[in-house]
Amino acid sequence: MSTITFKKIMVGFAFSPNLKANVYESIRMAHYFGGELIFVHVGSKTPEKESRFKEIVTSSPIQPEKTTIEWREGNPVNTLLQAGEEFKVDLILLGALKRENVVKFYLGSIARKITRRAKCSVLLLINPSVERNPCQHIVVNGFDSPQTKDTIQAAFMVAKALGVNKISLVEEISSSEVAVAIDDDRSLRRATLKKERLRRREQTRVKDVVKKLPSEFTTDVNWTTQSIFGRRGYSIGHYAKVVRADLLVMNSQENLSFIDRLITRDLEHILAELPTDVLIINSRGNV
Amino acid sequence: MYRSSPYKDFLVGLPKNIFSGFVVSLIALPLGLGLAIASEAPPIAGIIAAIAGGMVVSILGGSHLTITGPGNGLVIVILSAIVGMGEGDLYQGYLYTLAAIILSGFMLFIFGVFRLGALSEFFPTTALQGMLAAIGVGILAKQFHVMLGFTDVKGNTINQLTLMPSSIKNLLINPSGEVILASAIGVMSLVFLFLYARIRNSVFQLIPAPMWVVIVSISVMYYNDLVLKTPDVLGSNLMITLPDNLLASLPRPDFGKILSSNFMGHTLSITLVAVIESLLSIKAVDKLDPLKRRSNINKDLRALGIATGVSGFLGGLNVVTVIARSSVNVNNGGNNRSANFFHAAFLVVFILLFAKQIQKIPMPALAAILVYTGYRLAAPENLFRIYKIGKEQAIIFLSTLVATLMTSLTTGILLGILTTILVHIILNKSGVLFSRNWLKPNVLMYLEEETGNYYVSVKNFCSFLNFFKLKAKLDEIPPKAHAIVDFSLCEFVDHTVMEGLNDYSRSFSLQGGFFEIIGLDVHEAKTEHPFAIRKSLPETSLFNFQISLTKRQKLLQKLSTILDWNYLPDPVSNYGELERFLYFKTKWINFRYNNLESKSKDFLLFDLSYSEGAFIAKEDLRSTFLQIKVPEKIPVFALDKENFMTNILQLSGLKDIDFKNHPDFSKRFYLRGEDEKAIRAFFTDNLIYFFESHPAYYLESDGDSLLIRSKERLASIQEIKQILAFAEELLKILDNR
Repeated sequence: MSTITFKKIMVGFAFSPNLKANVYESIRMAHYFGGELIFVHVGSKTPEKESRFKEIVTSSPIQPEKTTIEWREGNPVNTLLQAGEEFKVDLILLGALKRENVVKFYLGSIARKITRRAKCSVLLLINPSVERNPCQHIVVNGFDSPQTKDTIQAAFMVAKALGVNKISLVEEISSSEVAVAIDDDRSLRRATLKKERLRRREQTRVKDVVKKLPSEFTTDVNWTTQSIFGRRGYSIGHYAKVVRADLLVMNSQENLSFIDRLITRDLEHILAELPTDVLIINSRGNV
Repeated sequence: MYRSSPYKDFLVGLPKNIFSGFVVSLIALPLGLGLAIASEAPPIAGIIAAIAGGMVVSILGGSHLTITGPGNGLVIVILSAIVGMGEGDLYQGYLYTLAAIILSGFMLFIFGVFRLGALSEFFPTTALQGMLAAIGVGILAKQFHVMLGFTDVKGNTINQLTLMPSSIKNLLINPSGEVILASAIGVMSLVFLFLYARIRNSVFQLIPAPMWVVIVSISVMYYNDLVLKTPDVLGSNLMITLPDNLLASLPRPDFGKILSSNFMGHTLSITLVAVIESLLSIKAVDKLDPLKRRSNINKDLRALGIATGVSGFLGGLNVVTVIARSSVNVNNGGNNRSANFFHAAFLVVFILLFAKQIQKIPMPALAAILVYTGYRLAAPENLFRIYKIGKEQAIIFLSTLVATLMTSLTTGILLGILTTILVHIILNKSGVLFSRNWLKPNVLMYLEEETGNYYVSVKNFCSFLNFFKLKAKLDEIPPKAHAIVDFSLCEFVDHTVMEGLNDYSRSFSLQGGFFEIIGLDVHEAKTEHPFAIRKSLPETSLFNFQISLTKRQKLLQKLSTILDWNYLPDPVSNYGELERFLYFKTKWINFRYNNLESKSKDFLLFDLSYSEGAFIAKEDLRSTFLQIKVPEKIPVFALDKENFMTNILQLSGLKDIDFKNHPDFSKRFYLRGEDEKAIRAFFTDNLIYFFESHPAYYLESDGDSLLIRSKERLASIQEIKQILAFAEELLKILDNR
């Protein structure tokens, strides 16, 4: 098991009203993770643009260790993904959009495509701000998958870096695993018993994963588990919203065929309505 | 509940179920005949449906207390199928309809196999009520004329409604002797049906009202035959005819039209109504079950499908679960499916032994029963009740009602659904909320690991469109648990959902669980939530208790100042503790009012509005109760005056605890309870002497408190004082121990 780190962070930027907040937030993240920053702008490079951007970067209270600014032209999705591979970045930062006058966030089409296709981890920020909003509670998925170990470890790593002291590990158990249709009192009792067994099994599994983590990650962190019977990918997002988590850490999608996208599953539920900041861990390069 | 083996329980309960099945068959006979006649089918078709339903569903079904047979809702659809497909020849139409019934039985079965019982959740409550009201109007409009002795009024519901004054005019101007007798029987029957619930006499109430109507009207006919020597005083069109030989005259269903769109349309509406009526009834009966069992609706649908198929082949109508007969079953002590079987068995006996007498039933008497049924379905109270939930609900109700009357049942309910959606969009001033989120999952349910509570959170909106998702989750929660439903992330909750949740909350509290709804207060502040919990007190404002106190209320107020107690005339809907008492096991509590409470909270005197039975067998009651806290734990028991009814119940297996040394007490009182030893120890000699020497009240203990009732009506101030004195003396005896 190789450790996931975020040493190279790429940020795509555009000249939107949110620019300052995005830049400040990116610099903050790079600072916490102790990494270098690569800003990429897809579009023509003009002297005004450049000076405006540099002004913002220098005005930040925290100064990044190392920044590179790249100006490229072409299709935004492909260009950004290509740049990411060229620089071998560990993490891509993307900002979400807010739905008109409702407190609901979603990903724009470009960000969504990048998230689906990126070969590294992706951090989706719903509410970038100039001032710092402390992060206090991380929710991380714990379902049974080869990637989950890395994801849980990354969550603990992020928790250390950001000073978070509460982590909830959520095991989503698909209702189809219960395999008891509830019709009457007897089937209800059977289903309840079966669920209890599944819950115990999943908890032991997740707890084992955490116990095997290097102890420097797990000390001083208050972690709990929670099993949820429901649709995978959906329930955890709703849960994160209910417990008012500040960051949701998820596995990246294992394989996304056309049909997967049609019947919205797993990540797609989250991408359609971001409950909070979301960090998608892609450990495929590591496994 | 599961102390002994199920077989032993079954055998012990058998006498009770036979008895209950018998009482149900008494109401099923007239209703079966009547409903068949109302749908222009041969009268025997209704009885065949009841027999097939009772036999098949009792063996294969998945519910416990339901009675199956021909249903009210079906009258309208079957009538339109018979008339529509017969094209003038009613008997041919009936044969085509039998084919449609068989096919709809098959469809019902498929519904059950694919577990589509949840489909019924897609209908908004108010639209369904509008549809039921339309069915009621339809039945009433047609049968009103028959009740007055005119059988030749034709046309659709609207025509028949408009012809009602002319029928009355015909009756008043220059009537024939036949019409006078017929309308006298009809009108008297109707008046009796309306008054029946007022007569509280256990012997009299043993026979259901429709059976009284039948018995008395048969007697009138025999009186005409034998004493007045005027046989055939009513023409054959006003009398029932049964086939002479049942087996030889089985009709053959005619599948000739099976491919026509007309036939499929009728089949679909029959199936639709059968599913809706059955599921509504099953849900309602589950609420009445004293053992609080949950019915397996999909299994029941499969059984109903098979029963409908069988019934159709034998020439009978559709089989659905029926609420009125089921509630009679519950009230008479039926406790498992065998009651349904025995109801069918008794019907077979009636048809075989009393065919001749049954043919003496005059149609106006049956029509009166149907008019009463129709009235109960379409009663103006329903509209008032819905109006109180919200003006928009009244709009939905009325538009469904009118649409169903003007067009057909399926079009009507579809228009009702559309109206509901439209109303929701108007209330939200936008449809985006619905269109964007309809198909998305919106419910999260998990067992909180720290507290052990079930937490349910609902997002976006929750209305009849997606209530099934919430229901699926709620159904997974054991009803003994503590459930919290949080709507704070939800922007809109409709009336169907609020009412559904109310049912959940009820069944949770009945089984010792706890069901809490949170997060709705946010809405009222933000969006003027239109359907916020208004369900809790359905009957407050109409009678407006505060405005002027009645004479009795003023006296109660005076009494409260003398006693230095608190008096609150307003109705209160928190009656949670009362449901623990045996007395309310099969009853439905509405609210309590005129609360008179002692400062120490040990004495609570109140009037209670509650009801027994459902639909046409429903009786609304108001009685005065006194609840007192006892100084220490006492055994759970119920003490009642011994009467004819309790004697019958004892014959059918209920146990009465008698004391050898106190023959007088044992004869006068009917005492029951689980823990006989503790009860015997509790009833000491001086306590028994106390009961012997005082007026007999109904008395029940739930361990911590005693519930005392004098009569099944409101007590006068004088009687209240007597109850209070009785209770004080009783407490003194208990205190001295």
